Amino acid sequence: MTVAALTDEGLDGGAVETRFAVPDMHCAGCIAKIERLLPQQPGVRAARVNFSSRTVAVSHGPTLSEPDLIRAFDSIGFEAQALHSAAASQRGQALTPLIRALAVAAFAAMNVMLLSVSIWSGADGSSRHLFHWISAAIAIPAVAYAGRPFFASAWKALRAGTTNMDVPISIGVLLATSMSLYETIVDGEHAWFDGALTLLAFLLAGRVLDEMMRGRAASGAEALVRRTATGAMRLAEDGSSQWVGADDLAVGDRVLVVAGERLAADGVIANGRSRFDLSLLTGESAPVTLGEGDTAAAGTLNLDAPVTLRVTAVGEARAIAEIARLMDSASQGKSRYVRLADRLSRLYAPVVHTLAGLSFAGWMLSGAGWHQSILVAIAVLIITCPCALGLAVPVAQVVVSGTMMGKGLLVKDGSALERLAQADILLLDKTGTLTLGRPTAEGAATIPEAQRPIALALATASRHPLAIALRQALVGLGVSAAPLEDVVESPGEGVSARHEGRAVAMRRPRESELAAEADDDRAAVALDLGGDAPIIVRFADALRPDAADALTQLAELGLPARIMSGDRSDAVGTVARQLGIPGEGNMRPADKMAVLEGEIAAGRHPLMIGDGLNDGPALATAHVSMAPASASDVGQQAADIVFLGDSLLGLPRAVRAARAAMGVVRENLALAITYNVFAVPLAMAGKVTPLIAAVAMSTSSLIVVANSLRLRSAVK
Amino acid sequence: MNGLLILIPLALLLSLGGLVAFLWSLRAGQYDDPDGAAMRILIDDDEGPTG
Repeated sequence: MTVAALTDEGLDGGAVETRFAVPDMHCAGCIAKIERLLPQQPGVRAARVNFSSRTVAVSHGPTLSEPDLIRAFDSIGFEAQALHSAAASQRGQALTPLIRALAVAAFAAMNVMLLSVSIWSGADGSSRHLFHWISAAIAIPAVAYAGRPFFASAWKALRAGTTNMDVPISIGVLLATSMSLYETIVDGEHAWFDGALTLLAFLLAGRVLDEMMRGRAASGAEALVRRTATGAMRLAEDGSSQWVGADDLAVGDRVLVVAGERLAADGVIANGRSRFDLSLLTGESAPVTLGEGDTAAAGTLNLDAPVTLRVTAVGEARAIAEIARLMDSASQGKSRYVRLADRLSRLYAPVVHTLAGLSFAGWMLSGAGWHQSILVAIAVLIITCPCALGLAVPVAQVVVSGTMMGKGLLVKDGSALERLAQADILLLDKTGTLTLGRPTAEGAATIPEAQRPIALALATASRHPLAIALRQALVGLGVSAAPLEDVVESPGEGVSARHEGRAVAMRRPRESELAAEADDDRAAVALDLGGDAPIIVRFADALRPDAADALTQLAELGLPARIMSGDRSDAVGTVARQLGIPGEGNMRPADKMAVLEGEIAAGRHPLMIGDGLNDGPALATAHVSMAPASASDVGQQAADIVFLGDSLLGLPRAVRAARAAMGVVRENLALAITYNVFAVPLAMAGKVTPLIAAVAMSTSSLIVVANSLRLRSAVK
Repeated sequence: MNGLLILIPLALLLSLGGLVAFLWSLRAGQYDDPDGAAMRILIDDDEGPTG
């Protein structure tokens, strides 16, 4: 597709908005650069930076795909990662009502607290009576509005015959409010309006943070099946052809697959010979040549020439549908993980109910009368408020994931951090994960210096992966392109042109030219640059920089590594020896999944790192998984954490950050529990006044927040 | 006591104003990008000749 065509297509139809994470923005200059230069790229209409979240909202034509836009970011010098917009807007929808409720609760609490402080300072008689009435007038509508999230959830739990954290909260708030109203009417001494509202405000703050960390359901399997073609050109007996949908294909049909088309069904090649991109199923990026009698799976991309395919499997029987099923079942297993906060709240409700019930019964038995007994029970419900408990986990996770985002690590949900902190064994895919997954020119420096500008100009004329790799290598050497005339690109052959009257070319090498190094199976390109002999440049899939360093650091953190790859065993062996870790090749997606299931059954917590579609089931099965930003859609969706950039050092960094976060979470929980150990006996003894409750509740919550903020420097 | 009858409604009115202002600013998107707002003031928008 040429640039001009892209512009025209990009301008019809309505604009689409896509959000990208761009962690490299550091200053006002970056904002200005992105917002000014990005709209100058073909098809892009507008870009709006959100510096706080390090994201950019790009408004663009509907035909521009995410990879196109990522290239556009690349061309102005930023690395970007697409964020899925539907999920972001869903999250916003759940968040806004909570923030509004928090605002109402906090403002009402402040006003009531002002009146309560006057009462505690000695206002009595008619002033106290008046202040209580004003408090009631503010508190009752505020509780009715801000308490709705809790009441709704508690009601749902009670109707289902279960109990959750919201049940004691709702009972506590409602009892405190109605008892305070009674006290106000009879001109009693203590009203708990301020306690009920402060409780709601702190709890809502925890709820808001928790909502920010909640993961969205990843539908990796769905994205996988979308990658197959929607239909195919069916050939009839008489030689005529007709386009039919994928659902209408039957086993035995003959279909024509032209170059650039994906297969809609599994089949055997009946006629023709072409190169195929099998990366969808194997993760191997180098094209494979298939001829008559070879089998090809749905989702495979035909690169070169038209072939005729005899269909052998359709619909659910296709290999790709099998992967989708594996991923579906695997992600169901992962959703069984119960977050720490949820585990605690399951314990919390029965304990609090019992304590409040016991205090009420105890005071009744000692002959205190129902009025005082209920007041004590309310004090217990309020003082055991899980404010600090509700803040303990989300505050720490929000702080850490915010700092991780700044370092190019995108955490999808809070439970991923909990699971990552538990990881104790590392399983890696090879292609695209340990290696860059794209060719790197190795012999670019052997091109004579005078001829490098011509080579660069030729490489720039093509979008073939090898040409792009050569261009990057030459640009890295500080070369600038020479002018060329009559540039012609012929698919499968290369680029030819004229430079100062002489014919020059970048082309596929001939058999004879490679004969000298017949045992070298790396991809190669021949360059005719006006010299005598053509220059052969070799390409290899290089290891990511710092791969060895990252693996050493992970081993020190207690995560021994192992390679699981779908690639050939000898290729895996080479990389494994280079890094000094065990490795296994020729593994199918189901094999990888079986290894992970075995590790989990043995009580270990595997961290899986992979990128290809073939890693999808493994990423979904693993206790926790990470994928590079260069991974396929499915890989990124199945992974819990996505890391940007070529360096693997983000992996040990993420593990350290997750462990630091869980350390702080545990400290927070210990603080919250210590607070309750001291406060609950006081409340049960009837010694807690609204003043003590207000001070204790705020202090414990603030300590937890302050402790969590220490994590801002934890991601190094 | 008479002072209170004026001052309390006044205080409540002012704080209600605060709440309304907060909800308005939330709706207007003022909290969407606090760091960016601090940075944008530094962007020099003058493309034309200075004089």
